[in-house]
Amino acid sequence: MTAPRTLYDKIWDDHVAHEAEDGTCRLYIDRHLVHEVTSPQAFEGLRIAGRKVRAPEKTVAVPDHNVPTDPTRLEGIKDEQSRIQVEALRRNAKDFGIELYDIDDDRQGIVHIVGPEQGWTQPGMTIVCGDSHTATHGAFGALAHGIGTSEVEHVLATQTLIQKKSKNMLVEVDGELAPGVTAKDITLSIIGRTGTAGGTGHVIEYAGSAIRNLTMEGRMTVCNMAIEGGARAGLVAPDEKTIEYVKGRPNAPKGGQWELAVTYWNTLQSDDGAHHDQVVRMDAAEIPPVVTWGTSPEDVLPITGAVPDPDSFEGGKIEAARRSLDYMGLTPGQKLNEIEIDTVFIGSCTNGRIEDLREVAKIMEGRRVRDGLRAMIVPGSGLVRLQAEEEGIAQRLQEAGFEWRMAGCSMCLGMNPDQLGPGERCASTSNRNFEGRQGYKGRTHLMSPAMAAAAAVTGRLTDVRDLM
Amino acid sequence: MEKFTKLTGVAAPMPLVNIDTDMIIPKQFLKTIKRTGLGANLFDEMRFDRDGQEIEDFVLNRPAFREARILVAGDNFGCGSSREHAPWALLDFGIRCVISTSFADIFYNNCFKNGILPIKLPKEQVDALMMDAERGSNARMTVDLEEQTVTGSDGEVYGFEIDPFRKHCLLNGLDDIGLTTEAAATSIDAYEARTAEQRPWL
Repeated sequence: MTAPRTLYDKIWDDHVAHEAEDGTCRLYIDRHLVHEVTSPQAFEGLRIAGRKVRAPEKTVAVPDHNVPTDPTRLEGIKDEQSRIQVEALRRNAKDFGIELYDIDDDRQGIVHIVGPEQGWTQPGMTIVCGDSHTATHGAFGALAHGIGTSEVEHVLATQTLIQKKSKNMLVEVDGELAPGVTAKDITLSIIGRTGTAGGTGHVIEYAGSAIRNLTMEGRMTVCNMAIEGGARAGLVAPDEKTIEYVKGRPNAPKGGQWELAVTYWNTLQSDDGAHHDQVVRMDAAEIPPVVTWGTSPEDVLPITGAVPDPDSFEGGKIEAARRSLDYMGLTPGQKLNEIEIDTVFIGSCTNGRIEDLREVAKIMEGRRVRDGLRAMIVPGSGLVRLQAEEEGIAQRLQEAGFEWRMAGCSMCLGMNPDQLGPGERCASTSNRNFEGRQGYKGRTHLMSPAMAAAAAVTGRLTDVRDLM
Repeated sequence: MEKFTKLTGVAAPMPLVNIDTDMIIPKQFLKTIKRTGLGANLFDEMRFDRDGQEIEDFVLNRPAFREARILVAGDNFGCGSSREHAPWALLDFGIRCVISTSFADIFYNNCFKNGILPIKLPKEQVDALMMDAERGSNARMTVDLEEQTVTGSDGEVYGFEIDPFRKHCLLNGLDDIGLTTEAAATSIDAYEARTAEQRPWL
């Protein structure tokens, strides 16, 4: 009898194509997602070496990072370097026989929203992309992680990655979430507790009743930020919700193969007694709505809290916190719900799905964006945008004062025209609050879509429960 | 890839914890389609003001550290995005080795693909090397990959651990793809044939 295995162990075992004597493995990759920023040098490498893409049918390309999100992009991207990168992706997809969702295609969007939407993402798969938020796809029980450009080239050429196995970490969140608390608050609270290096060297499996009770969208939000906790990948075991979500999508298994796939997917749970190298347990009922105050995703506090004193930390974090407060223009003791903002950004691979937009619409019912604020909604894909328009959400949010934009990464990373100006402060549903992330000297507070909507109403960081 | 065997040079101290890849190479420089030329913008927003003038007290602008080949950095160096532009920028600037207590996984991995050696050492040893590095051009460190040692300017020797496969690749400047296509090609074919039967929907 074999020893009990974790979900990660099982997916790993099923993908080792070659194991060397020293334990170095060639892990087979089932799906490779490609975008314009981290792939040009990889394709160039293939051309120089005269190599082909080994499995173009397992590869899909979509431009997202530096595409503008206003409709004029269809007349051509004005920024020359961005245009060159998007054109390079187009040419590379054509030359190497890879499917591309171009900027005039409704299926275009953020690669991590497009993958699940098109049914490319399925349980038990290995999925990689030259982007650290590839962890998102782990919500389906797929082993998914970011890779660098050399590895992009390696996967294109060989459909494998040279890997050593990571350790297993279990994050179990049990109990009921309080009203106003969402998947984003769960994932930020976990990082607040474990730190941005807490998961380094591990693959996290998220489990427990609070994770089970999340929708697929919510699970994607949780797994998306596994990387901010230091883990390359996050996983949620597939269940009926997962299977229901995948069913009928364009690239999902069809006919008799569907039954075969479901039978296999149903085996993808950690066995009783499987070993985890690290275990973290949290009570969902104790998680409040949270925001970040600093320039690291671990700088998480309940919205009812106050800006901390750097001296309350230890070691190198004291200096880092001082630097953060200086950058963020905040003083110790300042109440978080009194911090005024200029901008609200709703979107990104963390929170750019239909459920997130519905959440915002619910809070905005009968309310308006405060005068003088810039508030933008950037759907994660063209199809999310269309669905929100069909549901009437788009119209209502525009009437409430939001900009309604085309799909892309937008202000999550400021590689396109959507950026903060120096000193501008943003309530953002994205995933990183690093210095300069949303624009030079821009100030980012991370939070859930509901919390960002509440901030849009009042013009300051706000406890969404006050508006419920 | 350039081999890494033995390196002697000035080490720049960067004690800040959680130095992320957005700091190492800000997003506006990711729009290149080349691997080279990024050294000019390494740590751009810490190194230059908006007018492109050098910020005097930033470590790599100080005369003693302009030729640094090694970085000694605070915990969790390289966290954040998967951008390989971060190691490309370090390499292009001339940095071939980063020493810290810990590294983010993807950055750590990316270093080895580019002939950069990331070294993990215990906190007390990183602290000691940080103090040593502060002495600038008066304090050259030597990193010997074959021997797996870092030697401080006072002759103190610190041993480090490294995965044997990665060490082998660095010492010999080996290209991963070449290795995979030669060593494992038949096993990849076999794996694909096996999977086509067991999990045909893939």
